[in-house]
Amino acid sequence: MADNIIEISNVHKWFGKVHALDDVSLRVPAGEVLVIIGPSGSGKSTLLRSINSLETINSGQIIVDGMSLKGKGTNLNAVRAEIGMVFQQFNLFPHLTALENITLAQRIVRRRSAEESRQTARQLLQRVGIPDKEGNYPGQLSGGQQQRVAIARALAMNPKIMLFDEPTSALDPEMIKEVLDVMLDLAKTGITMVCVTHEMGFARAAARRIIFMDEGKILEETTPELLFTQPRHERTKLFLSKILTH
Amino acid sequence: MLNREKPVLAPAGLQSSAERQGPNRLAGLDRWWLLFVGAIALAIFLFEAFPARYGVIFRFVVGSWTGGDGVYMTLKLTVVSFVFIVIVGMLMGLFRVSSARILKSVSSLYVEIVRGVPVLVWLLWIYFGVPSLLQAITWLPPALQRIPTFPAAVLAFTFAYGAYMTEVFRAGIQSIAKGQMEASRSLGMTYVQAMRYIILPQAVRVILPPMSNEFVTLLKDSSLVSILGGMEDITRRGREWVAQYFTSFDTYLVVALVYLILTLFFTRMSSAIERRLSVEKR
Repeated sequence: MADNIIEISNVHKWFGKVHALDDVSLRVPAGEVLVIIGPSGSGKSTLLRSINSLETINSGQIIVDGMSLKGKGTNLNAVRAEIGMVFQQFNLFPHLTALENITLAQRIVRRRSAEESRQTARQLLQRVGIPDKEGNYPGQLSGGQQQRVAIARALAMNPKIMLFDEPTSALDPEMIKEVLDVMLDLAKTGITMVCVTHEMGFARAAARRIIFMDEGKILEETTPELLFTQPRHERTKLFLSKILTH
Repeated sequence: MLNREKPVLAPAGLQSSAERQGPNRLAGLDRWWLLFVGAIALAIFLFEAFPARYGVIFRFVVGSWTGGDGVYMTLKLTVVSFVFIVIVGMLMGLFRVSSARILKSVSSLYVEIVRGVPVLVWLLWIYFGVPSLLQAITWLPPALQRIPTFPAAVLAFTFAYGAYMTEVFRAGIQSIAKGQMEASRSLGMTYVQAMRYIILPQAVRVILPPMSNEFVTLLKDSSLVSILGGMEDITRRGREWVAQYFTSFDTYLVVALVYLILTLFFTRMSSAIERRLSVEKR
């Protein structure tokens, strides 16, 4: 039990009349790399966003690192600091340089010194392969570079969990690889990763487990290899045939 | 009072400010210089060529820095009021976008009420109306039964313009993409930290043009205090001159010129600041 860093139990979420999450339960052991796929509107992003409480759930329970998100004594900001999130649209802070994007939360949330924050930021920029871009503003970076800064920004908080919400969907094809390479490297470090992505190559290489969601439910839960070769549901077959034929 | 009801905001503020610096900027610069130099040249010409007719009016209307009247009084009233207006506008604007229902309704009630009543009426009410109410409270010491003109005017302008500034801030804050708040919160920042370090610094760049528009409008509306008496602003000085010498055409021409030079100057200043902010970002 204690091994599960994320425990999602019987979660329901409605957007008006839309049942976005329909009795979803999911356990993620620490250190696992988990991939979630599914058609748009299937609830996969909602599920991911409810893990760090960007969406509040209507019923059910989510426990992250031993803390219930709905618990009275839970400091949501403290929980969120342990969860890094990477967005489809990068969401870098456009008025700050790449370096400042990475140092800001370290200083005001983690209370690190300016010097220490800068050092961490520079190491991370090195790690994501753009050490020479620290003085650039997001508007001066390519999409792939922006997403790598966003990953570095999340990693700077030393999170226990990293959430990826379609990190490559807004990128030009030639930039997808540079972001996936960073994610693959990260997967090898043993950090817990939950990724909503349609990059099947990444799923095969990094994930032990893949989940297929449709209409707010988890339809299949298996290994990437088995899902691609022997999908059990018609809905899964149909979806895979659409994304794999291209 | 132009474009009051819908402050015109630059879309994203970021990319667009760079695009705006095309050939149009030069054209704008030229037109402004022409107008500004023209206005100053006309003022100097009238002053120097007709010292007995215009020179004396200029001296009286512009007033003196040490005397605390004329241009000095107009600027003092405008700047002091504006500081309070920005504070009220920011606070109420933050209330307006907050998720707390009470704060939200307080803010929108304030905006709706204030916007529906002319600035002049607020001014009259606070200067004449409120003291008459205070005088009804007989046990109050006489010193507290009057509101001096300057604080009364600042109060009235802050109250009235604060509502417009609230709308400027609300629109500016709402123009910042939702993802910015989400990214901030996902890093563990509190709502207040996200506002302070991420949302407001970006919103200010968007807000600057409509905000300086409000400043210039306020500078002109400050002339309304001339009806109260007790405050020697530019317009009041003009009216006093007319009352004594009956040269209304000449006097109000001078008054208009002084306002025009001031507003042209401040419009120019604000676009310079705006350009500087967008250059820093690139």
